[in-house]
Amino acid sequence: MNPVVITVKTKEPATFAEKLKKKVAYSPAKWHQIDAAGVHYKDLNRKIRAMAEKGARKFEIRNVFGQRYIGTNLWGIEREKIKIRIHGTPGSDLGALLDGPAIDVFGNVQDATGNTMNGGKIIIHGSAGDVLGYSMRGGEIYVRGNVGYRVGIHMKEYEAKVPTIVIGGTVQDFFGEYMAGGRIIVLNKFFEDNPPQRLSYFIGTGMHGGTIYIRGEVEINQVGAEVGMTEPADDEWKIIERYVHRYCKAFGFESRQAKLLKREKFIKLYAKSSRPYGMLYAY
Amino acid sequence: MKNLSRVNNPYNDDKVISQCSIFGMMNTSGKLISGMQCITAITNMHERGNGLGAGFAIYGIYPDRPDDYALHIMFDTKISREETETYLKRLFDISFAEEVPIFPTESIINPPYIYRYFVHPKLKDTHEIVDEDDLVTRRVFKINTSIEGAFVFSSGKNMGVFKGVGFPEEIAQFFGLEHYRGYIWTSHGRFPTNTQGWWGGAHPLSLLDWTVVHNGEISSYGANRRFLEMYGYVCTMQTDTEVVAYAVDLLERKHGLPIEVVMDIFSPPVWEQIDRMNSGDRKYFEAIRNTYGSLLLNGPFAIIVAHHGEMIAHTDRIRLRPMVAGIKGDTVYASSEESAIRLVCPELDKVWIPTGGHPVIARLKGTEGHDVVEGGREIPGTIVMEV
Amino acid sequence: MRTALLPEFSVVRDENRCIQCRVCERQCSFDVYSYDAGNNLMVHREENCVACQRCSVLCPTNALVIKMNDYTYRPNANWTRESISDLKKQAETGGVLLTGMGCDKPLKNYWDHILLNASQVTNPSIDPLREPMELRTRLGRKADHLEIRNGNLEVPDYPYVDLSTPIMFGAMSYGAISYNCFKSLAQAAHEVGTMFNTGEGGWPRELRKFGTNTIVQCASGRFGLDLEYFNDAAMVEIKIGQGAKPGIGGHLPGEKVSAHISQTRMIPMGSDAISPAPHHDIYSIEDLQMLVHALKEATDYRKPVSVKISAVHNAPAIASGMVRAGADIIVIDGVRGGTGAAPKILRDNVGLPIELALAAVDTRLREEGIRNWASLVCSGGIRNSSDIFKAIALGADAVYIGTAALMALGCTVCQKCYTGKCAWGITTQDPYLSKRVNPEIGTQALVNLLRAWSLEIKEMLGCAGINSIESVRGNRLQLRGIGLEDWELGVLGIRGAGQ
Repeated sequence: MNPVVITVKTKEPATFAEKLKKKVAYSPAKWHQIDAAGVHYKDLNRKIRAMAEKGARKFEIRNVFGQRYIGTNLWGIEREKIKIRIHGTPGSDLGALLDGPAIDVFGNVQDATGNTMNGGKIIIHGSAGDVLGYSMRGGEIYVRGNVGYRVGIHMKEYEAKVPTIVIGGTVQDFFGEYMAGGRIIVLNKFFEDNPPQRLSYFIGTGMHGGTIYIRGEVEINQVGAEVGMTEPADDEWKIIERYVHRYCKAFGFESRQAKLLKREKFIKLYAKSSRPYGMLYAY
Repeated sequence: MKNLSRVNNPYNDDKVISQCSIFGMMNTSGKLISGMQCITAITNMHERGNGLGAGFAIYGIYPDRPDDYALHIMFDTKISREETETYLKRLFDISFAEEVPIFPTESIINPPYIYRYFVHPKLKDTHEIVDEDDLVTRRVFKINTSIEGAFVFSSGKNMGVFKGVGFPEEIAQFFGLEHYRGYIWTSHGRFPTNTQGWWGGAHPLSLLDWTVVHNGEISSYGANRRFLEMYGYVCTMQTDTEVVAYAVDLLERKHGLPIEVVMDIFSPPVWEQIDRMNSGDRKYFEAIRNTYGSLLLNGPFAIIVAHHGEMIAHTDRIRLRPMVAGIKGDTVYASSEESAIRLVCPELDKVWIPTGGHPVIARLKGTEGHDVVEGGREIPGTIVMEV
Repeated sequence: MRTALLPEFSVVRDENRCIQCRVCERQCSFDVYSYDAGNNLMVHREENCVACQRCSVLCPTNALVIKMNDYTYRPNANWTRESISDLKKQAETGGVLLTGMGCDKPLKNYWDHILLNASQVTNPSIDPLREPMELRTRLGRKADHLEIRNGNLEVPDYPYVDLSTPIMFGAMSYGAISYNCFKSLAQAAHEVGTMFNTGEGGWPRELRKFGTNTIVQCASGRFGLDLEYFNDAAMVEIKIGQGAKPGIGGHLPGEKVSAHISQTRMIPMGSDAISPAPHHDIYSIEDLQMLVHALKEATDYRKPVSVKISAVHNAPAIASGMVRAGADIIVIDGVRGGTGAAPKILRDNVGLPIELALAAVDTRLREEGIRNWASLVCSGGIRNSSDIFKAIALGADAVYIGTAALMALGCTVCQKCYTGKCAWGITTQDPYLSKRVNPEIGTQALVNLLRAWSLEIKEMLGCAGINSIESVRGNRLQLRGIGLEDWELGVLGIRGAGQ
């Protein structure tokens, strides 16, 4: 008998507490440059996390072409202080479950950005694809340009946590579907000079909470049966002003802010009932 | 274990569904371009596939034999090849035949034999007045349904489909696609839900020079299929995508409908919207839905359909699958993800998300209408607009 | 409301035994009883009775019997009593009929057509009371093969959960069931060393100490989920479908959204909690892959991710896609699976019996050579330990029980969960009613049930001459079918009795 001596090597990942004990090696004040060219999302995100665990707080990522889930795994590390700048086109699910970090994207984003986001901020210096802010429960998203289909579906709110999306351009169909809380402001910035690609339909179908403010006009046949339309009240106008100001500041449009902020141009969409389907069932 | 890697669908599923990445590009000046951009772009969407199928359709690759039908056929065995060649010799004039050059790679396991034949159909009966395309179609179906282990997967003129089981970059390498040049390239990275990949079921699916790459599931497949069977189409692949190729062939080639109408048949507006239209539009859509209701493609899909002179990017009417379009100079792009376009062409003239059910159609310059239209109109401004 | 319906049940009161103590009146949450003081008599409104048996069980003098009502429409094989009543209800209201629990139609129950084997002479049966008998089950992806490199055995770090017995409590959300029930399930799972599933109603903070025994769910409503929710749990489940209502979502009506539920789900009080039919970020398989990996990123690849679907026609193919999308565990829920509320028409007509779906899925994953990539859990109508044993022999790693667990807590399957009036205090948020489940007693009942079933599984193992549950997994030679047609035996992959 000559038994093979085998040692068993497991690759148990270290706990976060253990990882946090590791030496701080990156300056929190500096913008750390990361080149994402040809890097798989898993490696990219792990790298960001590893650097953050060692003290880095600011990241500038270049050559991003489709890497997903940026920002998703950043929790447990002073997450409110983390700032990420992305150059390129990040992949879908950017900032999914995001809770704290602030992300700036210099380009367009794809689908499901801010998916089930809980806190933090995403600023998109371009346009966004479909399903932006799905089930978002906190934090803010600013989109300089247009957004795709099904944006703001099933946003919710709880007490002080009111997620907010501000969209500079136009929206496509199923906007604010099933909305249960939060607020979305659509500036339709190009509304007067340059009509949107197509009128959006099925706005707010199944809406049972939250508020949508739209700068421009909406026909009754564009919105779901559950949606009511009115003018923003005084306190709501203050909210609109606050967020439009933040939008303009994010993209350097301060000089045009006054042009955007004409109260008579805004309408408010709201849920007629918090129980939209109460009458659908019998017995 | 069954042999899953060859030409036949190993399970008798109702339909094989695959969901995926798609990418297409067209040079509207008709300039032949290399496939590097297309291959790089589809490769970048690796995450959307699972390596169980990929393929490319390239238009303009056989300029030396522009009038021959180029049959690309995969064979399971030598016997199936001999049997097929006997059939071809009987019913076609073959001007040239060869094994499709391949560059074996480690990752491509157990490929079938792949040959191409440049042919013209013989008329069986000289008194018979038939369309050549019809004859080729009929004989392609005959081979695919009656010869065991043989499968014609490309049958157009001056174009070709290359596909198999693997990731897109592997299939591109396997066929040496960097050696081909064409003015339309469409491609597909596959994630079959329903089965392991098999060579015949990879996309693009094609008939004559029509090709389709598809992301999504056509839930109306059963209804579409039964309707097409009434017109003699034989669905051999149990793949929901193939009904698109046959439906386009039926509607455009046989019924003579313009492609815009065909796309309206696939993705008409909902009745409520039709009810609000002016009477002309209303009558148009009523007629379409009432006549071709069985060809409404229901369920989530994004497709890129191509044939000579046109590339059409289209989604279902409520746009359940992603599609981004872009333009740079005389090149038009359509892709599941914008990042793939940006990777090969960072500075685009225009990029936008097409409206659901409104096809984006790119045409060769000099043909009627605009080069690029969406939903019958010239495309709107870029998605990133200046304030 | 006056209806043209015949009462379904009748209350038979033995006036000689009744002492007018009014327990029945207090216990009935459906307003069947009232007291006529003038005549010192209990009065019945039989049309309200749902046969939950709360009154008859608690009647101190056994004075009450609840029976099927003898009144009948004219018998007609097509227009059954049920179809006539349903039609009349809809003519009165114009609404969709709701129901609770699983499909109660007499679909063939394949468990009852499968018999087990036993050791005789050629191999010895084992006495489970004295000899080792292993039920421990690990869920999660397994390696295709092990590798030894430079004398080191490389052990892959796929995330997993271990169960002391292959029985888990399936997803029942806080909101659908009362807090006390929810807590009982959590405590029992902890005590037994198995898992309970939060469903999609969030996860109260004070129960997070049971994290190692908790599966958290991510369903289309996305209620109460954040990074802590996922990371505090042992496993994450993406719910696509539910056997009782494949293809649709759910509504927790606003009146059930109390302060605590509001906090747990993180939605306003009194607002409907709507779970849309699909996840709006999943319209295809590659989108599922995207969510699976989003959750893996969110948990730093340390938690197994499972995906649950209803058993439907293409289940084997879909399961294959799910495994390839990265699911570490796949869950198939059969047509008899329960629910708090579902349209009756869907509950009774959509889906497949779990026995057939399970067998077909296991077969397909093996044919494709990917069975090791994911564990397989089945649920939907598991009634006893032999159902579990047969499920494992057909290919499951473990099972979820739902209805069975609720029955341990008092449920009598009256199917009125959706009314929120559960007289047993289970599917209700009414504080008066929900007190009827004592979480400590409830925990004990659940622990007893799992203990009893585990002992029985050991008996069946011993009888088969097998001392470890993994030798039963996929061991279809232990099964024989009886009263089944060839195609059924073919789908189940088992031989007929005597073959």
